[in-house]
Amino acid sequence: MADDDRTPPTAEAARAATEGTGHDALLRNDLPLALYVDMLRNRRIEEEIARRYGDQEMRCPVHLSVGQEAVSAGVCLALERQDQIVSTHRAHAHYLSKGGDLKAMLAEFHGKASGCCGGRGGSMHIFDVPAGVLLSLPIVGSGIPVATGAALAMKQRGEPQVAVAFLGDAAVEEGVFHEAANFAAVHRLPVIFVCENNLYSVYTPLKVRQPDLPLERLGRCHGIASVTADGNDAEAVFSLTRAAVDRARAGEGPSFLVFDTYRWLEHCGPNYDNDIGYRTQAEFETWRERDPVGLMAAKLQRQGLLDAGRQSELLASIDAEINEAFRFALASPLPEPGEVALYA
Amino acid sequence: MREPASAPRRLTAAAAILEATAQCMQADARVYMMGEGVADPKGIFGTTLGLVERFGPERVIEMPVAENGLTGIAIGSALMGQRPIMVHQRVDFALLAVEQLLNNAAKTHFVTNGVHKVPLTVRMIIGRGWGQGPEHSQVFDSVFAHAPGLKVVMPSTPYEAKGMMVAAVRDDNPVIVLEHRWMHYAEGDVPEALYETPLTGPARVRSGDEVTVVASSFALLEAIEAADHMAAAGVGCDLFDLRVVRPLDLTSIIASVRRTGRLVIIDTGWKLFGVGAEIAAQVTEACFDQLKCAPVRLGLPDQPTPSSRGLARSFYPNGQILAETVAKMIPDAAHRLAEPIKALEALRLRVPVDVPNPAFRGPF
Ligand SMILES: Cc1ncc(C[n+]2csc(CCOP(=O)(O)OP(=O)(O)O)c2C)c(N)n1
Ligand SMILES: [Mg+2]
Repeated sequence: MADDDRTPPTAEAARAATEGTGHDALLRNDLPLALYVDMLRNRRIEEEIARRYGDQEMRCPVHLSVGQEAVSAGVCLALERQDQIVSTHRAHAHYLSKGGDLKAMLAEFHGKASGCCGGRGGSMHIFDVPAGVLLSLPIVGSGIPVATGAALAMKQRGEPQVAVAFLGDAAVEEGVFHEAANFAAVHRLPVIFVCENNLYSVYTPLKVRQPDLPLERLGRCHGIASVTADGNDAEAVFSLTRAAVDRARAGEGPSFLVFDTYRWLEHCGPNYDNDIGYRTQAEFETWRERDPVGLMAAKLQRQGLLDAGRQSELLASIDAEINEAFRFALASPLPEPGEVALYA
Repeated sequence: MREPASAPRRLTAAAAILEATAQCMQADARVYMMGEGVADPKGIFGTTLGLVERFGPERVIEMPVAENGLTGIAIGSALMGQRPIMVHQRVDFALLAVEQLLNNAAKTHFVTNGVHKVPLTVRMIIGRGWGQGPEHSQVFDSVFAHAPGLKVVMPSTPYEAKGMMVAAVRDDNPVIVLEHRWMHYAEGDVPEALYETPLTGPARVRSGDEVTVVASSFALLEAIEAADHMAAAGVGCDLFDLRVVRPLDLTSIIASVRRTGRLVIIDTGWKLFGVGAEIAAQVTEACFDQLKCAPVRLGLPDQPTPSSRGLARSFYPNGQILAETVAKMIPDAAHRLAEPIKALEALRLRVPVDVPNPAFRGPF
């Protein structure tokens, strides 16, 4: 094993990579603020991607997570670095909350050699080994068994790691979700299936695709501990995920977590699309009033943990980081055409 | 070919496919459609727009994201006499349905001793460009063509897109229609009447004596441009639109190669194990002693499609590469083709490698 440098990260290697980040300390001391900062950062990054998309320098599809920040924050902050996540086409927030490298992500969107996939994958394949972002996959449902397989390896090796499969409300319609859930249940694998229910698959509402029953039942029917919560409440997402992580580490098997949330922007691309007729402005407005970032900011203000001065400090440092990362991505060279033959 | 009566209009291929579908549904109550997005506001790149308003949600069924199951469901309904059209926004998503397609769709007519028929049409869209990357830009024409029992067609013009769509729906057994996403933008003359383009052999689209060229799908549009430039320089291409990958009827192509002695095939997908390999083999078997040089296959290199435009720069064959290939096959042609090659290069450089036309703004 030791001589294969492409072996996926062991817990030890991952721990070494995170030493000194202060990640856990921040969480222990200041969970609400940590969740807020994570969400605010993701919001600013996605908004900046949207703002710059028209420059035509990011020449790949982008599936933005604006409005859904509480799920990635609550789930990923409940994980340790050595835990692994497998994401979907809508991967940016998952990747970033788990600690994925911002510069490598933006460089990938710009098609640059310094991108996390060397320009091979684009936005739907982002990954970061030291951060525990095992893979992102653009085919709906495709990553669910892959995360389950990572959990199988964790169990076989006796490592105290947990795997998370992120999925949308449409992915449970694929047979592969049920195949993986069944296997995970039978083998009590340390995997958490996190279903982000944003009510739509592209422009098709849930009610056209599934009977009007709680999604949660789809985990329960496989004998998996299943719960539903407000996916715009980062603390609720965090505490349910923590409980699922504890169960998984204790050998008690998989969990299925359903988080209700809402995508603000179009399915793919930088714009608002409430005008094209698949959802109403009124529906959008009710969800926007429950803005996960705004809700958390209000709560922190009430608790005296956030004031205008702190907010502008946070924004200044986040925006400086984002600008620097875009500068890096834009300045990086494109890969040479010949490089495409590597690893093929 | 049955000649359509009505006068042609200029339509995009996307509009031609939509018209074919609407006319088939109007003419035959057994025809219905399923797909992810068939009833949404974007209507599969405009190819299904307005159908749900016209024919209702019972016949324009918005699918759950469940490709394999729904393909089996389409097959079951087809056994009962319905004529389903299933649409996948990318070939890559249809991979989930390969079991139903390659087993049940392809073999039921055979295994039931000809009793059952599976009048199923499956549209699969081939993606290209805008950094879509390795899992949104695959082709797999040769994979589907490998299985006896399937027909596989690749339209390249609006006229064909409509006529082949109609023929596919009227066919009593499964037809896979591989539509290139960039072909949707192509404009051409399309008669308004319901007409059929038979799913038989290739069609000659340019005549010439020096080299036989076979292309299909989007590559044909580039090959036409190249052939016209080469013809102006006195190098005649006998250019064929392959149209139908299976059943593969090479009679006219073999006759052409007997005359020209030279063959170039452009694959839409990977060159290795591609349709071009089968064509080169069959033509060589048929007229080995009339070949003046070895057949040449163009196609995608032996790698997954990269997202970055840096890596994709030399990934796709194009008109310039075709002309350069021909220049090497014909003695003294290099000189004659120098100007056309330059002109084709200039045309290519007008549009970035990752967009179908200058107006394209992403994201898809
Ligand atoms: C197998 C497959 N079918 C179809 C698609 C096209 N597609 C991409 S994203 C998407 C919607 C998925 O919805 P959901 O899982 O709810 O995730 P969301 O986009 O809402 O985050 C679809 C249908 C695909 N990528 N893969
Ligand atoms: Mg969804």
